[in-house]
Formats: sequence, C-alpha cells, structure tokens
Amino acid sequence: MSSDKEATIDHPDFEAVIGLEVHAQLQTKTKAFAAVESEYGEAPNTQLTPLCLGHPGTLPQVNEELIHYTVKMGLATGCDIAKRSIFARKNYFYPDLPKGYQISQYETPICFDGEIEITLPTYKKRIGLTRIHMEEDSGKSLHDQDPYHSLIDLNRAGSSLIEIVSEPDIRTPQEAYAYLTRIRQIVQYLDICDGNMEEGSLRCDANVSVRPRGQKAFGTRTELKNMNSFRNVEKAIQYEIDRQIALIQDGGEVMQETLLWDPNAMTTRSMRSKEEAHDYRYFPEPDLPPIVLDEAWLHSVKIALPELPDVRRARFIEQYSLGIDDAMTLTDQRALADYFESLVEASGDAKASSAMVLSNVLRVLNERGWSIEQFPLTSSELAQIIALKRDGKVNSSAQTTLFMELVNRAANSALDPTSKAKGVNIEDLAKELDLIQVSDDSEIEPFVDQVIAQHPEEVARYKEGKTALMGFFMGQVMKVSRGQANPELAQSLLRKKLD
Amino acid sequence: MIPSFLSDRKALLEGTTTLLALVQRSLDAIDATNDEVNALIDVYREESLSEAKRIQAKVDKGEAGPLAGAIFSIKDLFAHKNHRLQSASKILDTFTSVYDATVVERILAADGLILGRANQDEFGMGSSNEYSVYGPCKHPEDYQRVPGGSSGGSAASIAAGYCNLSLGSDTGGSVRQPAAFCGIVGLKPSYGRISRYGLAAYASSLDTVGCFGATVEDVAACIEVIAGQDVHDMTTLSTEVPSYLQELQDRDSTTKSLRFGINPSWFSEGLDPEIKHQIEWILDGLKEQGHEVKEIAMPAQSASLSTYYILATAEASSNLARYDGIHAGYRSAQSEGAKLEDVYTLSRSEGFGPEVKRRILLGTYVLSKGYYDAYYGKAQKVRRLIQREYEEAFQQVDAMILPTTPTTAFKAGEKVDDPLSMYLNDIYTLAANLSGITAMSVPIGRHSNGMPIGIQIQTPVSDELGCFQVGTLIENLSSKEKQ
Repeated sequence: MSSDKEATIDHPDFEAVIGLEVHAQLQTKTKAFAAVESEYGEAPNTQLTPLCLGHPGTLPQVNEELIHYTVKMGLATGCDIAKRSIFARKNYFYPDLPKGYQISQYETPICFDGEIEITLPTYKKRIGLTRIHMEEDSGKSLHDQDPYHSLIDLNRAGSSLIEIVSEPDIRTPQEAYAYLTRIRQIVQYLDICDGNMEEGSLRCDANVSVRPRGQKAFGTRTELKNMNSFRNVEKAIQYEIDRQIALIQDGGEVMQETLLWDPNAMTTRSMRSKEEAHDYRYFPEPDLPPIVLDEAWLHSVKIALPELPDVRRARFIEQYSLGIDDAMTLTDQRALADYFESLVEASGDAKASSAMVLSNVLRVLNERGWSIEQFPLTSSELAQIIALKRDGKVNSSAQTTLFMELVNRAANSALDPTSKAKGVNIEDLAKELDLIQVSDDSEIEPFVDQVIAQHPEEVARYKEGKTALMGFFMGQVMKVSRGQANPELAQSLLRKKLD
Repeated sequence: MIPSFLSDRKALLEGTTTLLALVQRSLDAIDATNDEVNALIDVYREESLSEAKRIQAKVDKGEAGPLAGAIFSIKDLFAHKNHRLQSASKILDTFTSVYDATVVERILAADGLILGRANQDEFGMGSSNEYSVYGPCKHPEDYQRVPGGSSGGSAASIAAGYCNLSLGSDTGGSVRQPAAFCGIVGLKPSYGRISRYGLAAYASSLDTVGCFGATVEDVAACIEVIAGQDVHDMTTLSTEVPSYLQELQDRDSTTKSLRFGINPSWFSEGLDPEIKHQIEWILDGLKEQGHEVKEIAMPAQSASLSTYYILATAEASSNLARYDGIHAGYRSAQSEGAKLEDVYTLSRSEGFGPEVKRRILLGTYVLSKGYYDAYYGKAQKVRRLIQREYEEAFQQVDAMILPTTPTTAFKAGEKVDDPLSMYLNDIYTLAANLSGITAMSVPIGRHSNGMPIGIQIQTPVSDELGCFQVGTLIENLSSKEKQ
C-alpha cells in the first residue's frame, strides 16, 4: 500500500501489523431475513417472528435492502461487486443464536478488493479491503441483569449486518482509529448505518501481530474483541502491541488466541486459545437461492450514490472558498455538512455560515454532547441571526448572546412542551434583550463625546501619535453604550473628533 | 376398502353423505384399530366435528372449497397453529406451533379438514417408522410388518381408512416408499413445487412436501391446491400450477404415444423377482398400448446412496442444531445449575433418538475442517452429475419407470439395528431428491406374501402433470389385471 510517509510508532525495533473486522448494523427497515422491524432500545423480545426464535419450519427470506445497502458500501469503497454470490451457514452453538447457525457469506462475498483512504496528521494512506459480506446479527446475552441467570434478548437476532474485513495494512493504533472513523463517515454518508459504536451498530475486532522491523513474514496474531468505543480500539491495540513486544523481548512467544478487552481494567484477558477455536462448518445455505445482480441494477445503484466525503470536501473548498481544515471539519459528518449547506442556502452567505457553524454551533454541540441532529435551532433561524448582523442591527458579541439565548430557550422548550419559545420573532427577541445596536450618528455621538470628556489624558496621548489608543476608545464607547453602538459608526465618529 | 377423496367428495356434493358422516366413519375406524396400528398420534375429535359442521354449511350453500370432503392426517413435522408439532421426537416435547405452514394454510382455506397428526420416523429419518418417540407405527394389513417410513403414519392412516388424504414429507423416499408398502399413491413433487414453509427441516435442499391418496386423481386434486410459489419459501418455483384434474380429463381422450425409459441396472441384483416381474408386466402393457420403452444407462445413479447420506446428514446436522435445550422444546432435567455446554450435551443426548444422533454425527463429520472437500464438496459434484443424467434422459423420454422399493413391506425389527440395510431400502428413491425431479409411487398389485407392490414414475422438474398422466395409465392397466 502506498503512503506519503510511513508512521513511526514508539518502538524502534518492532512494527505492528493490524487488520480490522468491522461489523456495521444496517438501517434496513426490516430484519435481514424476516419481515419484522428491529429498532434499538425496544422492550426485550418484542420484535420477533417465529424465524427469529428458530421455530421448526421457518425459512429465511432475503431483504432486498440488505443487498442494496451492502452494494452501496462496496461501490463507495471501490470494491468489485460479485455478479453472483451465495449465502452460507456458519454453525455454532450459543444461546443468543436460536437457529444454531448464522446466515452469512463465506467463499463468495458480495463485495471484494476495495480500499479506504485514511488521513492522519502528517500523512495519508490507503488501507485495502479484503471483502464486505452480508450476514444476520445474533441476539444479545445479558449476564448482569439477574444474579442467577443469563437473560437473552432476541430483538437484534436476524438484524442486517455487514462485515468489512481489511487487509493487514494498518500499522499503528492511530491508523486503526483513523480507519474506523473513516468507515463511520462513509456509512453515515451512505445513510446505511448510524455508526454508533456505543449502541453496537458499529463493532470492531482487531487482529494484531508484531514483527521485527524489516522482516517480511507476519508474527503470530491475536484477535481482540469487546472494544466498544473508537478510543477503546486505539487503547486496546496499543496495549496488545506493547504486550506482544514485551513478551518477545523477554524471550517468550505470542500464542494465537482470542482476547477480550476490559475497558475498566485497561487490560485484555484470554477468551479462547487456538485449540478451542470453533470449527464453523460453513456450507452453502440451502434455503436461499444465489444472489444474482444484473448490470443495469448495479449501474442504477452507482449513479444514485450520494456525494461522498472527499468529493464534498473538495466542492466546499471550491464553491464556498473554505480553507481545507474548515472544509474537513464541516464534511466530517454528513448531517453537519447538510446543516451547513442548508444554512448557506437560507442566509445566502457562505462565509458567515461557516463562521456560525464552526464557532457557535460546534461549540454548543461539544459542550452539551449533542449530535447535530439534536441541535434545536433550524438553519432558517440561524440565517435570521446572520441577517441581523449583516444588516448592522447586532454586532458580533450581541450575535453570540442572541444565539445562546435562542439555544437555551429551544432546549428548555424541548423539556417543557407548553413553552412557546419556538416561533418567536428573532429581531423582537434581540430588541427585548437590548441587543440591537445603535446605528444612528445622533444617538452614538453622545457616547463618543462622553468618552472623550472622561479621558483627557488618553486623548492627549492619542493626539501625540499614540493611535493604538483607538482600541481603548472603542472599548469605552461600547462599554458606555452597553455594547449597542454600531462599531463602524462609533469608530468613524471617534476619528472625526480626534483626528 | 381405502377411502378415496374424490369419491367421498362426489357423494358429499351430491348429498348422499355428509361431512359429519365421513368424519364419523374416520373416527370409527380409528377407534377400531389405531391403538394397534399407531398411525395417528393425535386425533382432533372435537375440532373435526365442529369443522365438519362449518364446512357442511358451506357445502349446503354451494360454496364449498376445492378440498371440501377431504379428511387429512398430517405428518408430525408440519406447523399447525395451536397444535402440537413434535417430529416424533422427545426433543420437541411440549412444543406447540404458533403459526401455520403454507400447505396447512392452503388446505384449510380450501375447506380441507385436518383430523390428526400422523406418526413418523423422528425428524423424517428412517424407512420403517420404528424410530418414533410415540412407538412404532404398524402396517395396517399385517401388524408384524412396517408401513415404511419416514411418513409411515401418513400412509398407514389412509390404508387403515382413517382419512382420505395425507401430507407427508419426502427427503429420500419418505412418501413413495411407505405409499408402496401400504398400497396407495404417494407423490414427491419437484423440489420447490410446494412450499416448505412450516415443514420442520431435515435436509433443506432435498426436503419436499408430499401427498398420499387412494388414487392418482385424489393426489392430483390435493397438489393442485397446495402447490405453487410462496413468498415465505425463496426456493419455490415460479412456474404456474396447471389445473391437474381438468387437464387429466381433457388429455384422457387424446392420449398420445409416450416414451418411457428404464435404466437396466435398476432391474438387476437386489430387486425382489416378483416386483421385477410385476413392473415388466406393466411395461409390456404400456408397449401394447403403443407406447415406447427404451433403455437408458444412468451410471452416476450408483453413487446416489453415498451422495445422499453425505448431503442430507450435513444439512441435518445444521438444521437440527436449533434443538439445543435452550429455546423451544426439551431441556434435560439435570440442566439446572449445569454449565452451558452440559445443558446442550445432556438435552441433546436425552432428546434425540439413535438414528437422528447417527445422522447428526455423520453430518458434523463431513462438514468438518479438512474433510469438507473430500465429502461435502465431492458429493455436491456427484449430485450435479446425477442431475445432468436425468436432464439428458428426459431429452429422450417422457418418463422413467422403476421400482419404488427393492422389497415389499418388511418385518418390524428386521433392519432397525442394521442402518445400512435400512438405508438400502431407499436405493430407488434417493436420486429423485438429489436431482429435484417429480416422482410418484403407484400401487400395481400384490406380492405372493400378500403385501402391495409399488411402481415408481419419474418425470422432469415441474412436470407433475406428466407424472399424474402416466400414473392414471398405470392405474388403469393395473385394475385390468385385477379383473
């Protein structure tokens, strides 16, 4: 794989080889093989059909959305798409797998040979994708709800899932992190998965090995599981790399095994050794016919693909004259980019819109832990605030005050449905809050005169050439006008009187 | 006298009998012999009487559905809402279905009446109906003998006069073989012709829903209702289902000359000489009527048995994994407090019978890492060879004619401890499942031991009509002999 500049990790003598298996839960309306919905957070065991329960005689039906969404992901990551592929059964016993097998794909994944570009602070790199295949999810085993029993929730059983398998091209935990966030970004742009790792709609297992720098052959790998956040993936991989290097340096040998990450203890523990590994006894799923895709359909999916992050970023730079960093921030999440573009459209001012989103909106989202979907103000409301500033009715500090007031009111009204904060006229609100700036010479002049009268010493020094004191006078005018004086007018009046 | 659906229906529609009388006739027969025959393991008495009244009311108003007058038993592996489904296995102890199989739904919608659940070999695995948690089903004419299997209870329930139609399943011969043993007609439709939705799976790529009746037309009348594409089963065929009865009547008058094929090796070693003789007599009769009979060598068929027992057991090992002691069905009494793996082991060891365990073990083995290519992979290839042989044969002939079984109904206990000799009983039926074609057994007289003999007719995929047509020809020939 090419890269502008290879990363160097902490250790000078060893390098890590990392491959990731990412499971993404698709937002198909119904489950992968059963006509029943599956929503996160519903009451346990309420989203079921006899099939989800594994009742005798039930048969799977392929959800066409599952195929469509998977192909979208394949096309967005440069994969080849198999014109004919089959489902396979992966056989293993576990209580949250009622059929005793998972419907998956084995020898013929629907998408293969793709790649994803990741961006790190100092370099870019392409990570190969071995394959993307479709499968059904298992149910959930709950071991901490009852002191004596494990409980099983089968709502998730049979939900649509894709597994995205990378080539062993990743070399550092930071690259793994970048790869994961990139996958999240793509699935969100494609609108096929919400990308939420904490809720389990994105899950990641990592295969990690180390080898002396310069050695071609891979070392013995371990598989890491149970990393339920992006940061945990990074931490667990770093921990495992350090563990393997230390082990080898102590003359030990890495054992092939599956390890569980414990996010509280920040360590891993062994789940099963190579000898205990399952033999899944894959064989072609006899209940489902092969998936055969025709060229015309593939073409229609291709042309309907949404604009992907890279393309959108380039367009933002071009169309809105944004800097590369700002464009990257704004296109990081599709929903934020959508919000920004609707604000540009409503306000007619790309520069003011990007400033508004980058400084005000993102700060509020960070402070309150909101997603852009949870942000309570519409783009047309924000456009009105921008318009007030553009028309000289509020200055920038008043604009921020007004913005925060609207956010607070909207957030409170969301809590209190009887409140009528929404639908308030924003200009009226600005007046009510005394935020409208005075843009009339005759009203500003008394403030200017007052400041000149109160500061004879500074006036004298200014006249001696200390023109930097203009800032001081401006500050004083804003202070006595309680921030309402139009700064441009105030400054020109000051100049007139002092120069 | 074996009750015929179409005769009963005729009498019902003409008003010379009532559905209540037909049900009562069934219940009387059941009361007389079912304790001994053990063909039905559950009889829905109250439900049948109230259903009979409901359907009779429709008959009286002239609104009767196409299966009014049919009294069904269904094999114990069909989902029938709010009724038990046990596949004759301890492992499905206490299990009640929460939904209707597509075939059950279609039967009920057509005013068919389901009288009870029929005995079978556990999960459809067996050829004598001796592997059942309910105890063996016996041949209605000779309690020392077996009715065949696995759908033994279904066949026996018709032969014993308990009902006039029955649903079974045929994965390797489980409809045709008991039909031959019991002297009735049994059809294995083309794979995908009838929805498997609601049929507890044994080997998904081989399983078919089959039907038993006294005559070819009885069976055709049933298939006409239950066949056809189903959204719940993605392996069902989209080809249209003809109106079989109408077509049979229309064609009767204009029967053209047909070409029949026989594979010489089917008639060599291992075949009872009397069965051979009887089939040759039928073939001679067909020739006399102006039909052509030609020999077609089908060498790949000799691998049917080994191919079948690899593919069927592989699929079975996966299909039966769901019976794990955790979800629906039997859980070992020693499970409380046991480790998860022990819950599985105990429940499955106690819940499955010997033949099912044998096939799960065999199937697990052939799918194991390192063995897959040698067994499952190779068997898939041989299966395609067998399919191709049939495709080529049907380029030359309209139907293949062969025995259904190498012997007539054998004695109970004779083969139960010798799996291979039991498996060999299906030697003539397995290839039809492997290739997905249509096949039917039709009775053609009796052996000197008193037991019925069946002949097997095989026609191409989706050509059930051709099978029925040949079946009626042979039925006519056979009844001439009796006169």
